[in-house]
Amino acid sequence: MCSLALFPPPLPYGQTTVCESNNELLSGSSTEDQLKQDFSPPSLSFPRESLKLHSRTENSSKAAFLDHSETLWMRSAAAWRDGGLTGLLNEITNSHPHVPKWLSMSSGCILALLRWVSSFHGSLFPHLTLSSEDMIAEFSQVLNWSDCVVRAFAWHPHTDKFAVALLDDSIKIYNPKSATTPTLKHRLQRNVAVVQWKPLCASALAVGCQNCLLVWHVDPCSLSTRPSAGCAHVLSHPGHAPVTSIAWSPSGSLLLSASPMDTAMMVWDVAAESCVPLQRVGGGGVTFLSWSPDGSHVLASTPSALFRVWETRMWTCERWPCIKGRCQSGCWSPDGSRLLFTVQGETVIYALTFTNTPAVPSGTSKGPHAAVVVADLSETTFNTPDGDIVVGGEIQSLAWDPRGERLAVLLKGDPRAADRSPIIAVFKTRVRPIFELLPCGFVQGEPGAEPRLMQFHPNFRHGALLTVCWSSGRITHVPFYFLSASIPRLGPSGSPTLPHVQERPADFANQSLFTELIS
Amino acid sequence: MFSSEQSCWFIRKVICWRAAASIAWAVLLLPPSTAIFVFLSKFSVLHPIQTISECFSMLTSATAIFSFILLCGVIIMVGFLNFEYYTVIPTIACSKIALFGQLLHPRQLVNSLVHCIMGMIVAWCSAVTIGFRYETLGHPCAQTDGYHQMCLNEYHLILLLGGAFVGFSHSLLGVIHNMNYVSFHTVQQYKYLRFKGCLPLVVRCSATQALYSVRNFIVVYYFLGNSAHPLDSIAGLLDLSLLYHLWISATFLLFTWYIMLLLFRIFLTEGYSFPVQSSFTEDADHCLPKVLTEKQPMLLKFLALQDLALLSQHSPLRRCEVFSLSQPGGHPHNWNAISKECLSLLADLTQRLVAYHDTVATNGRAKSLSSGKDFMSPRPTAFMKTPASVFARSIAGGQQSPLTAPFTPDLDSPFMSPALRRLAAPVEQGSPWYGTVQSPHIMRRVPKLWSTSTEASSQALFADSQAHIWALEGLSYLVQASFSEDQFGVVQTTLPSILSCMLVLQEAVDRHFKLPHASSKPVRSTSSMGDSTYKTLRFALRATLKTAIYRITTTFGDHLNAVQLSAEHQKRLQQFLEYKE
Repeated sequence: MCSLALFPPPLPYGQTTVCESNNELLSGSSTEDQLKQDFSPPSLSFPRESLKLHSRTENSSKAAFLDHSETLWMRSAAAWRDGGLTGLLNEITNSHPHVPKWLSMSSGCILALLRWVSSFHGSLFPHLTLSSEDMIAEFSQVLNWSDCVVRAFAWHPHTDKFAVALLDDSIKIYNPKSATTPTLKHRLQRNVAVVQWKPLCASALAVGCQNCLLVWHVDPCSLSTRPSAGCAHVLSHPGHAPVTSIAWSPSGSLLLSASPMDTAMMVWDVAAESCVPLQRVGGGGVTFLSWSPDGSHVLASTPSALFRVWETRMWTCERWPCIKGRCQSGCWSPDGSRLLFTVQGETVIYALTFTNTPAVPSGTSKGPHAAVVVADLSETTFNTPDGDIVVGGEIQSLAWDPRGERLAVLLKGDPRAADRSPIIAVFKTRVRPIFELLPCGFVQGEPGAEPRLMQFHPNFRHGALLTVCWSSGRITHVPFYFLSASIPRLGPSGSPTLPHVQERPADFANQSLFTELIS
Repeated sequence: MFSSEQSCWFIRKVICWRAAASIAWAVLLLPPSTAIFVFLSKFSVLHPIQTISECFSMLTSATAIFSFILLCGVIIMVGFLNFEYYTVIPTIACSKIALFGQLLHPRQLVNSLVHCIMGMIVAWCSAVTIGFRYETLGHPCAQTDGYHQMCLNEYHLILLLGGAFVGFSHSLLGVIHNMNYVSFHTVQQYKYLRFKGCLPLVVRCSATQALYSVRNFIVVYYFLGNSAHPLDSIAGLLDLSLLYHLWISATFLLFTWYIMLLLFRIFLTEGYSFPVQSSFTEDADHCLPKVLTEKQPMLLKFLALQDLALLSQHSPLRRCEVFSLSQPGGHPHNWNAISKECLSLLADLTQRLVAYHDTVATNGRAKSLSSGKDFMSPRPTAFMKTPASVFARSIAGGQQSPLTAPFTPDLDSPFMSPALRRLAAPVEQGSPWYGTVQSPHIMRRVPKLWSTSTEASSQALFADSQAHIWALEGLSYLVQASFSEDQFGVVQTTLPSILSCMLVLQEAVDRHFKLPHASSKPVRSTSSMGDSTYKTLRFALRATLKTAIYRITTTFGDHLNAVQLSAEHQKRLQQFLEYKE
């Protein structure tokens, strides 16, 4: 098993990770040290002060403006519209002098009964008592989401453009080949939890937010910097909010969305604006989705200690109960055969192996029987010239590069201890012929900046490119230069690359840390 | 009877069995739903124990068993009607008058009448089940002179008439909401899970629809009823218990029928796996390449295309058979037949779109000249190539009724616009009709009813596009897989024609969406059993087409520069390669 003790120590204070070259991570004291590259996506910075934030939500302004001299009927209708049954009952109970006593009494009783039932329900699934903003923060893949300037980030699967969702609920699209930077704003686009581009399409961007799901069509040839709200399709389903995770099928035909409030996972046919709910009781909701790159499986985790792996041909699922906590994050190997996942409250990475024998229909494919621990990330103390540094602990998110050779792990750290800030640990991985996990190093930013969110570029030609969004509002890109040892893969997500020279790093043999035993 | 030996095989061996299985399941589900209905209809808050004992004694009585047998008969009849009237291509009425024509078509009238009678039978069963004051049609009443005689029990009558009304309105709404249209899901699921997922919707739909129907019935009863009866007054009708029983029996009626409809749809659209090739010559007719080219029944073609789309995505072994060469001879017969059929489907759609566009464009000019209203605009689409003519259905072929012909004018219907009838008939140059058709005088006299909605005609144009969507998916996935799986290069030979066919279609679709109303999203009703998937098929087709082209360009990348295409198509393809479409 691989552990953090085998990692090279973190960089001294003031140094930042620049890139990986010749099998080691290079560091520099400032960002000018970056190597000359033939492709360099823009490093961006969004200082918190530059954003115009909402000072008031819609709910708080309501009391100041609502005309209380309206008739009871009007108020009841408004309450029904805004707050549903509970709102209506509340309104009737509170407008005491205007309604008969028996009515306000009975509605008060019904309200109390409803609250009692919902508190009982809430005691079974404690997350249901959270507000939608807290819920997104709790289940997001972004560390400390509510305080984050960059709330979501997505590379386009085929080109070099990317979308950035900011704290002020706007989304900006950057394209190195174009001078225009479209900004997407919509009335319903509030508290963006996740963004993702549609595969096999140039323009469609799905956005999961507090009340609904939006699909923007951003014409790549348009010169407009503010696409109108007409470019966005709103997809919503009663009870399916807030949306905390979305996943496009790699073939670009379907979109999945998940909400911790809804036990059903939605399969959207976006063009037809129709959805099929895939309902499974147990778990109390769906928090995180990840579609395997070959399109055959989907990981769906729930707020309880249970996650499911769906197969996408007949949409049946396997239940995977965890012992300690809920599944926090997960990622798939490029061929879809291996799933790595982490569990809340544990400091290890588990692996599941799926074998898809092509001879039988995939509906009958046999899954694995138990998960294997492949890496232990428990706390480790490094002796550095600056003093002892403690690294390790719970894991916030996982990211695996599209070739399956680098695995980035965002460690939560401990917000109460100063010397244990969040950090990104990177592993070297191999999927074939056997699964191997080796240490690579830590990725660190400028002093004081904590990593919040990370994603690999989907088709970086010279290895892997990790994009990291920092707490300071900066977005930087860390390239890992290597020659790919894997066989070029043909998949829907990228064009076939020419075969690389098979090169095997010299120190692989004597430093193997997790090596699968072939039985 | 049937158009060919082939379809006869399919109808006999697959479709009939599926319909029979769905009816059997609906009958099996009848006892639990009846039990719930009995419980709900007899429930009283004050005497819960008594309710339960009453329910048990009711369910075991002879009348209950007799009415249960009647209900089974009704369900079987409903299943049979579903089977007789179903269609996979929706009928879209382009104008109000066309809808009237559909509603008053003799075949539809028969349907309404049968539904009316069945509604009455179910209502009788529920009246007997509820018992109490509803049980019999007559009751003894005392006259002033002490002479006993039978009077009409109006409570029983109102329930019977209510059932008939709900049955009738169900049949009418079936036409308006295209309830006989069977759509295919984008997501494959097992039958049980699909049924379970749809059950809440069925309960909700039947309850709300029953509420609306009962409301309408009460209004009709109030205005048409004889005022001599005690119930025909506002106070008499506002009897809560009566309203509840009317509503619950209407809900029960609609629920059993909707369950039947749902099961029928689920069973019918279940995927069917056709063999790609067979070593026995007698089975050759059952193989996918042969079945794809069949015209009748429509369901066979749809299931074959669905199977093609699924195999191209999910099963490498069956793809391998598609790419294989014949023994002896070494010809890629399978691939040739499949790609040819898919390409002809797509070419057909392109042609239809171009013709539609041309008609609209010329009419736009005519309109501005004659300063007429919206008389001519998209009307002539009715006689250009329609989905019906593409698939050249034969009415004698069995399952397809004249009603199912999508937006094809039913020339025999008395409600068909006379102008349209003339347009559809071959117009002789010398005939006195010639030239008068576009006269603005006629136009002004034509009421608004005749005017067609552009949106509806656009829907009608894409009514059968599910077939095209599968053809596009099947082709593009097969081409993608061929990059690594096609050992003999059989796909390479057709790649130029596939690409140019898709690009031409893309151009035609783009042009179509530039027309007014074509890109406006229709309102979709979610709380109805009618399937409104057809309303958004054109958007689905546009998205699938783009994705299909991207799938090919992303897989082949710069290799596509070596494919022989016209300069214009090369340019278009370059846009896709640079992700600028």
